[in-house]
Amino acid sequence: MRCGKATLLNDRCIDCGECVRVCPNHAFVPQTSSFSDFSGFKYTIALPSPVFYSQFGKDVRPSAILAALKTIGFNDAYDVACASESVSIAIQELLNSKSNPRPMISPFCPTIVRLIQVRYPNLLDNLIPIESPMEIAAREAKRLKMEELGLKEHEIGAIYLAPCPSKMIALKCPPRKKHSFLDGVMAISEVYPNLLHALSHAGASNGKPEIRGLGLGWPIVGGQVASLKAHDSIAIAGLTDVMRVFDEIENGKLKDIQFIECHSCPTACVGGSLTVENPYIARGRVLRMVEQFGSQPCQDRDKIRELYQKNFFSLVGTIAPSPIQPIGEDISKGIKKMQRRHQIYDMLPKIDCGACGAPTCMTFAEDVVRGEAEADECVFLTMKTFEALSKNLLDAVTRQSKKVHGSHERQSHEAS
Amino acid sequence: MARSYSDSYEILGRDFIEAGNVSTEIKRTLRELGVSPEIVRRVAIATYEAEMNVVMYAKEATVKMEVTPKAIRITVNDRGPGIPDVDLAMQEGYSTATPEMREMGFGAGMGLPNIKRNADHFTIVSVVGRGTKLDIVVNIN
Repeated sequence: MRCGKATLLNDRCIDCGECVRVCPNHAFVPQTSSFSDFSGFKYTIALPSPVFYSQFGKDVRPSAILAALKTIGFNDAYDVACASESVSIAIQELLNSKSNPRPMISPFCPTIVRLIQVRYPNLLDNLIPIESPMEIAAREAKRLKMEELGLKEHEIGAIYLAPCPSKMIALKCPPRKKHSFLDGVMAISEVYPNLLHALSHAGASNGKPEIRGLGLGWPIVGGQVASLKAHDSIAIAGLTDVMRVFDEIENGKLKDIQFIECHSCPTACVGGSLTVENPYIARGRVLRMVEQFGSQPCQDRDKIRELYQKNFFSLVGTIAPSPIQPIGEDISKGIKKMQRRHQIYDMLPKIDCGACGAPTCMTFAEDVVRGEAEADECVFLTMKTFEALSKNLLDAVTRQSKKVHGSHERQSHEAS
Repeated sequence: MARSYSDSYEILGRDFIEAGNVSTEIKRTLRELGVSPEIVRRVAIATYEAEMNVVMYAKEATVKMEVTPKAIRITVNDRGPGIPDVDLAMQEGYSTATPEMREMGFGAGMGLPNIKRNADHFTIVSVVGRGTKLDIVVNIN
């Protein structure tokens, strides 16, 4: 907090979206697109995250949701869960080759990628260099429509319906490549009311062949791992636990683990900050869908393997680290500032009251050392200084008064 | 006079829950100072190995970190059984870890050699019945 306004420190932000969720005054608003942003396209395709299928009643089928999307302003709707299944087959092929460092880390939570760029740059090579399902689906959906309708690529708008603001940033700045195949991202919470009304007209099922495959399980913790045949794989959710595991990997442990699925949100994507349904209820719906439709594959495994060999899923290039600004311009200055920070911290009450605007006394000490705050912004420091000043002032006044009036006259004044 | 930043930490033997926290804390401080990721990695691994040895074998230890613009020095001073034959302990694969420790993924016998591999200078002094002192230096380029 600076001057009464919530402030973002850009080099430390990893786009987790928790600020959106927790701020009691809603000071943080995620930037996602709205319907009016797509008026420039001749044809629009909605690509809902598979999370979307869990947001409506337990009897509402994915195929009905896709059909209803076509009635609320999109020309077409394309299933992403099928692309998740292809991607899981591609990951399997990559893991079979055994040429990469272990463990390999799933790159599909953009916040986790950002966490690694900022705080764990030594793990950048562990990120799996494979396209995300939303990119694969957008590329394929556009290709099909271009063929079918004779349109050019720039005339088709592929819009992702996302459970979190992190995905929006992944669209604007995709790691390892210049442009996303997607043209916009809408929040699930934004589309939800339109779809609710459309479903009440359309009904729960429309007789079309149902969406199927293990990709349906991806929105919950362990969904990616379940879709792989990789033994010795783990799924982690929540930043604290993810960082604990990343520290272990950096210490040289977990070498026997093949694949790590990790999520910034503790309940994975069904718990994203732009979802509507209670994440635990949504999780139950996902499990039910997997039970009903998950075991029927939607892809031809051999065909996907062939595509993998032809680099259909591969991402080239490296992801650059993006470290937090060090405390000093060089190590020598940094050491000096750290010593100073320690000195300041020793003077603070260490109760993390937050009145100065910083979340903890340690971060306030750091703000002072970085020149972003003044020491007197701490109420307790100011009080102590004021008390000391007052005492000095009182002592000085008393001494002066004794000099001028003499001590016995002062006493008689006090008595009356 | 060269500036230095120092900090010290305590490790309790047999405390497998907190084990690893000291190396993580040291890593954070070095990152904040802007030390390159490769150097941070080497210091973290060396400190972690030393920390695990304390947890597995010693009663307790004090870890001191000293950072100057030229180098990072980590000293680990433990109260414990000591190492009877340091040269033997420095051999790769030699381990006195119990089967339980190996089951947990520790005690592959890579500890001390791993510290040596990651350090620019490494000395180890041990007195049986008293304890062991490690002195690890990693230079900053």
